[in-house]
Amino acid sequence: MRYLPLTDADRSAMLEKIGAPDVDALFVDVPEEARLDGPIQGLPMHASEMAVEKHMRTLSKKNLAASDAAFFLGAGAYKHHVPASVDHIIQRGEFLTAYTPYQPEIAQGTLQMLFEFQSQVAHLYGCAVANASMYDGSTACWEAVAMASRIARGKKRKVVLSGALHPHYAEVVKTMAKFTDDEIAHAKPAMTAAPDTAGLISRIDGDTSCVVVQYPDILGRVTDLQPIADAAHEKGALLIVVNTEPVALGAIKSPGEQGADIVVGEGQSIGVGLQFGGPYLGLFAVRDPKHVRMMPGRLCGETQDAEGKRGYVLTLSTREQHIRREKATSNICTNSGLCALAFSVHMTLLGEKGLRQLAAENHRLACLAADRLAEVRGVSVLNDSFFNEFTIRLGTDARAVVRKLAKDNVLAGVSLGRLFPEHDELADGLIVAVTETTTEEDIETLVSALKEVLA
Amino acid sequence: MSTPNQSGWKPGSPVQDHNAMSGPDTVTGNRALMLEEPLIFEIGTIETTGVDLPEPSGGADRLGGLDRSETIGLPGLSEPETVRHYTRLSRQNYAIDLGLFPLGSCTMKHNPRLNEKVARMPGFADVHPLQPVDTVKGALEVVNELANWLIDLTGMHGVAMSPKAGAHGELCGILCIRAALEARGDAREVILVPESAHGTNPATAAFAGYKIEDIPANSDGRVDLDALKSRLGPDVAGVMITNPSTLGLFERDLKEISDAVHAAGGFVYCDGANFNAIVGKVRPGDLGVDAMHINLHKTFSTPHGGGGPGSGPVVLSEALAPYGPLPYVVRGKDGEVHLVEEENAGEFEHTKAFGRMTAFHGQMGMFTRALTYILSHGADGLRQVAEDAVLNANYILRSLEDVLDAPFGHSGPCMHEALFSDKGFAEDISTLDLAKALIDEGYHPMTMYFPLVVHGAMLVEPTETESKAALDQFIGALRSVAERARAGDERLKTAPHYAPRRRLDETLAARKPILAWEEPNPPGGTPTMSEQGGR
Repeated sequence: MRYLPLTDADRSAMLEKIGAPDVDALFVDVPEEARLDGPIQGLPMHASEMAVEKHMRTLSKKNLAASDAAFFLGAGAYKHHVPASVDHIIQRGEFLTAYTPYQPEIAQGTLQMLFEFQSQVAHLYGCAVANASMYDGSTACWEAVAMASRIARGKKRKVVLSGALHPHYAEVVKTMAKFTDDEIAHAKPAMTAAPDTAGLISRIDGDTSCVVVQYPDILGRVTDLQPIADAAHEKGALLIVVNTEPVALGAIKSPGEQGADIVVGEGQSIGVGLQFGGPYLGLFAVRDPKHVRMMPGRLCGETQDAEGKRGYVLTLSTREQHIRREKATSNICTNSGLCALAFSVHMTLLGEKGLRQLAAENHRLACLAADRLAEVRGVSVLNDSFFNEFTIRLGTDARAVVRKLAKDNVLAGVSLGRLFPEHDELADGLIVAVTETTTEEDIETLVSALKEVLA
Repeated sequence: MSTPNQSGWKPGSPVQDHNAMSGPDTVTGNRALMLEEPLIFEIGTIETTGVDLPEPSGGADRLGGLDRSETIGLPGLSEPETVRHYTRLSRQNYAIDLGLFPLGSCTMKHNPRLNEKVARMPGFADVHPLQPVDTVKGALEVVNELANWLIDLTGMHGVAMSPKAGAHGELCGILCIRAALEARGDAREVILVPESAHGTNPATAAFAGYKIEDIPANSDGRVDLDALKSRLGPDVAGVMITNPSTLGLFERDLKEISDAVHAAGGFVYCDGANFNAIVGKVRPGDLGVDAMHINLHKTFSTPHGGGGPGSGPVVLSEALAPYGPLPYVVRGKDGEVHLVEEENAGEFEHTKAFGRMTAFHGQMGMFTRALTYILSHGADGLRQVAEDAVLNANYILRSLEDVLDAPFGHSGPCMHEALFSDKGFAEDISTLDLAKALIDEGYHPMTMYFPLVVHGAMLVEPTETESKAALDQFIGALRSVAERARAGDERLKTAPHYAPRRRLDETLAARKPILAWEEPNPPGGTPTMSEQGGR
């Protein structure tokens, strides 16, 4: 077996040193009746690299890769171009095969990268401090809700979710809240050109610990957050803003500068890729440094070594499970370190200039697509405002349309019927995302395909 | 005005310590291949970019009047500078690719590169989670094939694939237990956890709303069966047991524990972090376990990546499987694989799911790697993995117990990791000192001060991917350092001497936290990032 260096001679010599007659003697504590006497029956035996690669390639070819289609899916995961050097760097063994940097003197590479990553995220979100990553956007969203409850010290139990929060994120929050005392106030999304900010504000009361708003929202609309922040703060509640498309923040104001208290999101767009949903990259930041000690997850901080040289360590770990056990701010241990590296490398390649150019190009193409689709008979564009995705209405079940177009390698978008199966009145909605990877030819392909299917 | 080194530390500070590297200081602060590297915020500018994108044309604006006009403050570097920055940083890291990485309970084994190649196949890497199901049949087959392996290897009934890491899997298992209890109208409040457990266990149970009570250990480090039995009752929802335990010992009585817990109406959660020691040798399902997470990044060798991502599927007994979260993948009666979500759960008779733990389907990129690893090893190779991992650990235990105290060495063989204590060290030498001295010898230290129940604990896990020669060299190094610790060698207290940094001040970091880069304010005004630019 190519991954096992011991030879039979080694094994014998080692058993002799140990004083065991055979390897089974080392498993003496496993009850004999439960011990397996050979390889589990019915499972394949070891296989060559060539054979395994062939098997996996066969499976991979049963999937339609995004790059082989006219591709318009978004709704929480976006297809962007990732520069080749990003993957090269994350495959360096010193990053790929390192552990969590618990021995900082020989982990400065990971630690300095995390410090840079935290700083990049904080700038992007308009916040003071970001952590070293969470699993993904949806779990970061729940952790933010849990943190708001901690800050409210159990005195406020109501969590107000915007109806235009990604339904899977809302589902995660509702699932976790079943096991805590939080009361989740949710509403269905209103299919309006602009979000119902007044309606959301009216649901905030003195018992509200936090308000959760997605920006841009699930339908692609861009909401002015300041009135929501003001209303929340007036009632003593925190504003949690969820962002699923970090590229947008190269074009629109950051949540932090509009008064958000906790900003969380999905970082997958920058550097990570689609990967069928994971691993992704949860981003988590707070606007006010006073909330740092309530944060979940790892934090990397600057310090000095015994010679006065600058260096980095994991810090404030008295918040964490390995120190605080049942009193920890979260049970998270492993995070998304390598995805954070991919994000940080890609963001460094972009820089502010590149991020702004990237955002502008996404928006230009999205505007073009919205205009072209609006010309198709039977299609109407819902949004007044959007960044790189928007919602169209088809007057017919969008799920059926999506499935039909997929047969011709047109992946038209994410149907609202798939995301909100319980709301029939949303079934004709389709979320269309457009990025720098979308060509004008792709847009024309979608336009003609929709013309044909809606005719 | 530019200094030879802009990274903020003091390149000119003379090395006074004669124990440290000798030789004159350099003007750059570099030492040959040991290269200092400033922050991107010190060398990049907001005007620099390493990508070629079109200049904004200024036409389209439907951003709702929320254009970002203020400077964001994100530094950019050209591609050559970027590659050099991260390559220089990478060289300040220890990694499995560089040497034996004996972190107990973390399972730092070789990461096969075929797994990386497979994960990057476009049909896996370039697929959106919400694509129409007909366009992702191969991806669903990967999930299903891996799920079946995990079920067969553990002898369990079902598996929830979506948890994102071990702790997330623990939460999934505990929530299944809570859902099953609630379904029968049985509100129980307590989860029993041994003191030797990972911190994630009590943190998880608390997150799910349970009170935590410690289970005592007996003199050989295992769960005290009688004490456990006497604590069971109608208020105990279940126990969380790590097997093999964090002391590196197999819990011999697990079957009896499970029977007693079940008889009292509770459930058994097994922390599967150490499954690598027993894969192919024994199935947890045969020992009465109701739920167990499997860290794909430990047992099945998906890379740790400097702290993640991981993946924590949870295998479930027949009693708990109906409560597993959505979404999940199943091969239906039609022979096809299906993605089961909220809208079609009824069709697949999975209506009791406790909810959804994450937006999408789990860590696909880890599934492809883990399945590749499993298929490479096969049923015979995986069994050999466990045997060699346990053999290597016992070899270390027996080769060093004359110089390092092995608190449970008397009770028989260990499993995949060898546990030592600081007993016998000179009074002023600590486990931390020994660990830092091991760094100077070219090794990543073992897990320190864990488990908490052993004084100055050192938990050594070599894994099965080390050769005998590599083990012998490591044993020689650890033996030498242990002897110096017993003799009270003062040099240990200032170690490491040869790492990119000397011992770092963690107290300072916590007392005055600097958690993000801020522009310095030198006399004469605040420079912009672009004014400071240039390497």
